[in-house]
Amino acid sequence: MVHGEIWTIKELFVYPNEYIYWSIQIVMYPLMTGLVAGAFVLSSLYHVFGIKQLKEMARFALVFSFALLFVAPMPLLLHLMYPLRGINVLMTPHFTSAIAAFGIVFMTYGTIVASELWFLYRKHFVEVALALRNKPDKTIMEKGRSLLFRALTLGSYDVSEAALHSDEKAIKLLAGVGIPVACFLHGYAGFIFGSVKANALWMTPLMPVIFIMSAVVSGIALCLLTYIVTMEIRKFLASRRRAMPGSFPTQQEIKGVEVNVIRMTSRYLLFFLIFAISLELLDLIFRGYTAVKSWDVLRSVIYGKDFTAIFVLQYGIGNLLPLIIFLLPGLTIRRTVLGVLLVLFGVFMMRWNVVIGGQAFSLSFAGYMHYHLPIIPTDWETFKEGLAGALAILIMPFPLFWIFGKIFPIFTEAGAE
Amino acid sequence: MITRRKFLKSTALGVTGMALPLAAFDFIDPRKLMALEAADASKVRWVFLVDTYKCVGCGLCVKACKEENEIPYDANVTRTWVERYVLTKNGEVLADTPKGARDGFTTAKIDLGLGKYREVKQEDIEKAFFVPKLCNQCENPPCVQVCPVGATYATADGVVHIDRKWCIGCGYCIMGCPYGVRFFHPVHRTAEKCNFCYHRITKGLKPACVDACPFGARRIGNIKDPGDPVTRIIMTERVGILKEEYGTKPQVFYIGLSREVK
Repeated sequence: MVHGEIWTIKELFVYPNEYIYWSIQIVMYPLMTGLVAGAFVLSSLYHVFGIKQLKEMARFALVFSFALLFVAPMPLLLHLMYPLRGINVLMTPHFTSAIAAFGIVFMTYGTIVASELWFLYRKHFVEVALALRNKPDKTIMEKGRSLLFRALTLGSYDVSEAALHSDEKAIKLLAGVGIPVACFLHGYAGFIFGSVKANALWMTPLMPVIFIMSAVVSGIALCLLTYIVTMEIRKFLASRRRAMPGSFPTQQEIKGVEVNVIRMTSRYLLFFLIFAISLELLDLIFRGYTAVKSWDVLRSVIYGKDFTAIFVLQYGIGNLLPLIIFLLPGLTIRRTVLGVLLVLFGVFMMRWNVVIGGQAFSLSFAGYMHYHLPIIPTDWETFKEGLAGALAILIMPFPLFWIFGKIFPIFTEAGAE
Repeated sequence: MITRRKFLKSTALGVTGMALPLAAFDFIDPRKLMALEAADASKVRWVFLVDTYKCVGCGLCVKACKEENEIPYDANVTRTWVERYVLTKNGEVLADTPKGARDGFTTAKIDLGLGKYREVKQEDIEKAFFVPKLCNQCENPPCVQVCPVGATYATADGVVHIDRKWCIGCGYCIMGCPYGVRFFHPVHRTAEKCNFCYHRITKGLKPACVDACPFGARRIGNIKDPGDPVTRIIMTERVGILKEEYGTKPQVFYIGLSREVK
């Protein structure tokens, strides 16, 4: 069977070679890079602009961004016909192609996040390494940990006041440089679509900007969600440990931190959400007003075939509803959870409507293609480009985050700093 | 003791010495020389001419192409295809290309997809015609521009090729082509498209579709050769190209192109 044939249904006049070649994994790709970039921007709000209320969130968001970073290229690899040849992009980059720079942009960004993390956690690495080094009778686990943390210090054991101060300066610098790079990483994903002149829906210079805005929205939303879930787990653990006296924070202490951070973060979420919606609507209005050759078919897709996906699921449930939820006074945690879930859904639908919606009509402008996501995998192709592949990508950041949390402690206990 | 100057000198000498013999062998490779000569940009630029008045939609070109270029016969992809346009008296434009017209147009019913067909009465038809399609071997090919690894490239004589050994299968070129000529080869699983039967035209033969057409609707020529009959038609008669607005500068020219052609 021809690639794409299994999930494509053609209607009216479609060229014989046209299928939906970019499927669910290409929906996942901008979603994941968006989350990476958004999480980083959130963490930088504290480090660069000194927004104190986000301090607790900053570390969390940075580690999460690092975990997401490893997942971001996975959808791209999975969608390739030859995933093992993906390395060719780095070996013989053909720079007139927007995809060719991916390796360079991605690695630059990865280096910045990794260095910032290192400066942020250097003191911790030194402390753990020294504590383990002096400990007699180490178990095998402790020996491994000792080796790992000794390696992570990179031989730099100076934790004097002056050294830590210069660490902070480095963090600020990296976070500052990181913001444009993170925006570039994602704006660049938007450029990959926006520069395809053959595709009437994709081709707009607004695409990179729209992508950046929705990226920040989704990044903040996912950080909020993960933060709340993590805090709930900690609260649950704290309630179990209540019987034990000592240094554990009480349930009340944890709750206090939570609401403050969440209110502040959701305000930023709201700001970026409004910006993202405005840009998307501007794009839509502009297309309708200028009504070039492709508008007839685009209109029939936007207001007809994809009406539910665009106006009900994306703008209605994914944008308008959370907007109301966040704007109503007296924001509670439960409402925030509902709000961010809807925002995340909205951003997913936006990616879907761009990627799948952009292939919903034929290049002939006289026919349509319908996408049917493979649910039950029958072979490797329907696995990786089906529901299973998408879910695998969605789940992947969380175990990574858990592992990284063991190395980079995300929560500072009261009085530790 | 070795001085820095001496070290640098002997290193440079050594590297040059090692590189020189290899470079020399490379330079005199006769096959490369011949290829360079054959693809001399000043002598050859392949173009294609389609006379839509002559096309009857028999599909022999599609069949011949599939066999010549080893595109699985029953796979629903093809390097070339024929479109049928039917315009009704009330201004409707209907078009279809069942299986790329591999078997021709065996019924008067228009294929609407989703298993539906539409019958148009003879007396309701204002005009109807066939349009063969193939890769336009653009002068400004978007597919070459967007390939992230350089697996798709244009030769000096204007034909765009795909390196099956280097293509990663990202599909960006398929997305980038406004004409929809590209697809994934069902067997090789890399990007695939018409290359004017490059293996034939460089040996003085005609493309398989040109040879297969009983009506002379398809012709290949060299636009750099003023004596070439195809060149003379393109230069002296009224010909059209497809989707000019994309700025791709297509090199497949059409006689009798109509505004309804998508």
